[in-house]
Order: sequence, then structure tokens, then C-alpha cells
Amino acid sequence: MCRLKFQMAAPFLVLLLILSGCATTDNEQAIGGPPMSERGGASATDGSGIATRGAQGAQPFKGTELQDPASPLAKRVIYFDFDSNVVKSEYMPILKAHGEYLSTHPENQVTIEGHTDERGSREYNLALGERRAKAVQRILELNGAAKEQISTVSYGEEKPLDPGHTEAALTKNRRALIVYRQ
Amino acid sequence: MKLMRTLVLGLLMLLVSTQVPAQLTIQITGGAEGALPIALVPFRVENGVPAPPEEMITIIRDDLYRTGLLQPLPRKDLIAHPATLEEVNFQNWRVLGVDNLVVGALASDPDSGYHGYQVSFELLDVYKANRLTGKRYRVRPDALRTLGHTISDIIFQSLFGRPGGFNTQIAYVEIERNADQPVHKLIVADADGHNPQVILTSKAPIMSPAWSPDRQRIGYVSFENGRSEVYVQEVASGKRRTVASFNGINSAPAWSPQGNRLALTLSKDGNPEIYILDLASESLRQITHNSSIDTEPVWTPNGQQIIFTSDRGGSPQIYRLPSAGGKAERLTFEGSYNARPTLSPDGRLLALVHREDGKFKIAVLDLQTRLTRVLTDGPLDESPSFAPNGATLLYSSVLGGKSELATVSIYGRAHERLGVFNNAVQEPTWSPL
Repeated sequence: MCRLKFQMAAPFLVLLLILSGCATTDNEQAIGGPPMSERGGASATDGSGIATRGAQGAQPFKGTELQDPASPLAKRVIYFDFDSNVVKSEYMPILKAHGEYLSTHPENQVTIEGHTDERGSREYNLALGERRAKAVQRILELNGAAKEQISTVSYGEEKPLDPGHTEAALTKNRRALIVYRQ
Repeated sequence: MKLMRTLVLGLLMLLVSTQVPAQLTIQITGGAEGALPIALVPFRVENGVPAPPEEMITIIRDDLYRTGLLQPLPRKDLIAHPATLEEVNFQNWRVLGVDNLVVGALASDPDSGYHGYQVSFELLDVYKANRLTGKRYRVRPDALRTLGHTISDIIFQSLFGRPGGFNTQIAYVEIERNADQPVHKLIVADADGHNPQVILTSKAPIMSPAWSPDRQRIGYVSFENGRSEVYVQEVASGKRRTVASFNGINSAPAWSPQGNRLALTLSKDGNPEIYILDLASESLRQITHNSSIDTEPVWTPNGQQIIFTSDRGGSPQIYRLPSAGGKAERLTFEGSYNARPTLSPDGRLLALVHREDGKFKIAVLDLQTRLTRVLTDGPLDESPSFAPNGATLLYSSVLGGKSELATVSIYGRAHERLGVFNNAVQEPTWSPL
């Protein structure tokens, strides 16, 4: 996680050092990164006190696909309406991405956790949570994941993300979670 | 005989358990209608006798009030404080309109080797001016609560001809969320919430405690292995065993009336269905076959039928089918959400969670008249459980962001909180007699 953060932060750090300008000499290195001279490209002075220097372009993300915060694979939570196991269309691109990822990475496995909000009876909610997990499982399979790659578990209303009783808390708690197993 | 056993048991229990300070506050939130008026006079504490840790009459009052069958006279309206029949002027009590009067006294017990009490009480008929019953006990100070419940039992039995069951216990789940990881506890306490004892502690959720008919065991669901599994634990020893850990859901244990079988919900074949597990042979029989959710089984008192929740009609409703399997009959038709059924000890009333105006409330369906009565206001009332006397329902509720256990009478809505807890408390279940 730390590593990921630094990789993302490095270009900005470089940019910050460049913008903060003159204190930086060409010999100095951005912490943890390659020498500035290798990164910054050409520099020029014309003796008028004005210095220009090239800047590095945006760096492509170098982590794995699953770690890329810009990828739909980074989204792992599907939210549901009350007493419903219907996966809303807005979540289809996310599930499509996970399904396709699993089909191209047969070595990976996921557990789908099904959860509900606190309203209604606990045992019924346990069954409803399983239904949500299975609804997500089916869509992953339709998008190429193999049955053996997916297991499901229901926690019903027993593991709320937010133990509060507000509408906002309930909305957060009606969810299915895609958990990649190590 | 039963009384003696209860008393001896109570005394033994108190000898081995440390005294836990009472942690519950009782708050009256509603009145009873059509209940028998009764006057409960605080027991006289004789000169030189140390005051008891808690007034006997308060314990008795709470027990009797909660049934909804008796309406104790407010304390400020007590016109006199007699301690025996001889001291009672019946005419004065008739004017107040009370049918019955309870009086009593606490004296020291000089013959005992400890600082014990002699407790006497009498239940009087105000109109006939006579004594219905009365008893005298020798008791240790730490057994006064148990004795209070026993006196409540005698009064209830004498007035209504059936057991009160005030010396029974409840089980419930408590969740501490102060820690990084929630701590889940399965707790057994006296029926009025006092003397809580933790019988299971887990980092993972615990659900659906269910007493065996002999009160010796509790079945429950634990997620300690990362998914729902059903366990049966001996209450006294704490010994337990796993009884269902198939793929998928293992949940909703319900004891057969003889205590030899458990009805369960399993989704091992892909869909939640109700099964009956024979505990001795471990044989399993599936009794529902439906692509919808079937769960929350309960047995009828004769063991012939199973009542359960299903959404086969499109929304959760209550159904009944033979425990040998067969055709299911729908029982609830009012409202779009009826779940968590539980039967009164005589099998005539079905208590359930009922949604009305977006709120979840406790309701009772009379299986003979098919009339439904809503007993609570919600919004998050759940897990109703009948007292063994059949008069009171225990349930969990969330009010002002705090969870609590509460009781409501099936007669006249006598409603009382069984304490407001700092931690979440849920799924209270009342032990059988």
C-alpha cells in the first residue's frame, strides 16, 4: 500500500520540486526516484537569469491491474435496494471487468460477501445476503469467470459497515463485496 | 415440590456465582387496560433488621405488571401499610377498587448461622376479606431476588391457575463495538434482565439463540469460522458441539417439543430450505422444496407442524406445513412484510415482525380468529419471544440510536423496557418453564 502511494505521488513530488524552482540543482535527486537530470529532459539558460527546463509527462501506472485505482477492478462494492437482490445497471461495468479479469487470471479466486441492512428479521436477512452474493456470482460467471473461482458467504445484517441507524448507514450496509483471496 | 426445587436451585446458584450489581433500569412507558387491580404493599422491615439490597415488592411488582394481567395500584395511592391480614382494614381497600392485596414482612433469622432473613407474605382477597395464600421463608440476602420471583409465581398461580414462570431465564446477544473489532457475547440472564452471565464470547457474529425444551442446552449460529454454522451448547458446563456446517447457510435452529430434533435452515444445495436434523442419529430430512427463501422454522407444541417464513409469494410471509413435509399453507395476509414467527406456549397465538408504515413492529396473529393485532410502535422492533406464561412478549428495539430489550403484554399493551443498554443487544429469547 505504501509502495503504491509513493508510485502515485512520485510524479507530483518531482513537479513540486521543479515548481519550487531554483533551490534545486541538477545534481539533486528526487527522493527515491532517478536523478533529476535523467528525468527532466533538456534545460537551458540564456544568461538573462531566466531558466527553462522540460517537465516529465504523466507516468503510466506501474502496479498490477487490481491495484490501479483508475481501473473498474478497484471497485469491489455493489449496493442494493431494500429487500432486493437486483444488481443495478450502473454496477454492470464493474462486474464485467472483474469477470473478464478472472477469466484471464484463472489462478485468482474471489469470495463474494452478501450483506443487508438491519431492517427486518435477521434470519431472513441472512438468506437475502446469500441471494445478493449469488446474484453477483452469476454476473461474474456470465462475464467469463469460472464457477470454481468464486465462493459466496452471507453475513446477513450481522456485519454492518456502519453500525448506525440512519438512512445513510442503511444504504451503505446493503451491499455485496468482492474479496480477492490471496 | 417445584417451588422447593426452584428455591434450592436458586440458593445453590447464588452460592457459586458472584453477585453482579443490577445494571438495568426499569421504565414504564405504557399502562395496562382491563387488568385486575391489585395493591402491593411494601414488605415491612422489622426493627433492627438490615434493609434488603432491593425491595422485594419492586421485584414482585415488575413481574406481575409485565404480564398485563394485573394493574398494581400506584405506590402513592397506598392508604396504609399493613404487614399481615390482622392489620388490614378491608373496607378501606374496597373503596380503592382493588381486588387483591399483597402484604408481607422481613424479619431477621436468629437461628441461622448467617445474616439471613425470615420473609413472610400473604395474598388477600379484598372482597371476601380472606387469605388466598401465604408463606414464610428463611433466605440468605443474596437469594432475595429469586424469592421475589417465587412469590410472584405463587401469586400468579393462585389468581390465574397457571404458572407464572418468573424464575426462568432469558438468553440474548450483546455486541461491544468500542474495540477495534466488535466483541460478540451470548448472555444468559434472569427473566427480568438481572444477573447476566456470558456463555460465549467471539470476534465473529452470533445469531439466533434457541433454548432446548429442558433449558439445559442452547442452540445458536456462530460465524467464528468465517460463515454461519449451528452449535449446541450445554448451559451449565459450557460444552458444545457443531451440529451443522454444510456449504452455504447453516442457521435458524429450532428445537422440537421433545428436544431430540432441530429444525434448521440450510442452503447446502443452493437455496435456503428447511431441514429437520435428528440429534442422535444426525440424519437430515428436507421438508421444503422451493426456489424462494424458506427460513425461521418453529414447531407447533404437538410437533406435527412447522411454521416458517417464506417469500414464495413475492414478499416475506408466514406459512405452515406438516413437519413430515407436504403442502404449505399461508397464514399471514396483512401487510407486505411478516417474518420471524414464534408461537405462544399453547400454540394459539403467533407473534411476528410486521411492517406497517415503513416501520417494523411486533404483532400477534390469533390462529383461530385469524385476527392480527399490532402491539408495538417500531421502528426497529424484532425477535419476539413469548414468556412461558404466554402473557408477555420479550423483544428487541432501537430507540434514539440505542438498542434495548423490552416487554409487551399480549393483553392491553402493558409495555416496559427491560433496560437500556450501552451495547447493542439483540435476539432475546425466553427459556421454557
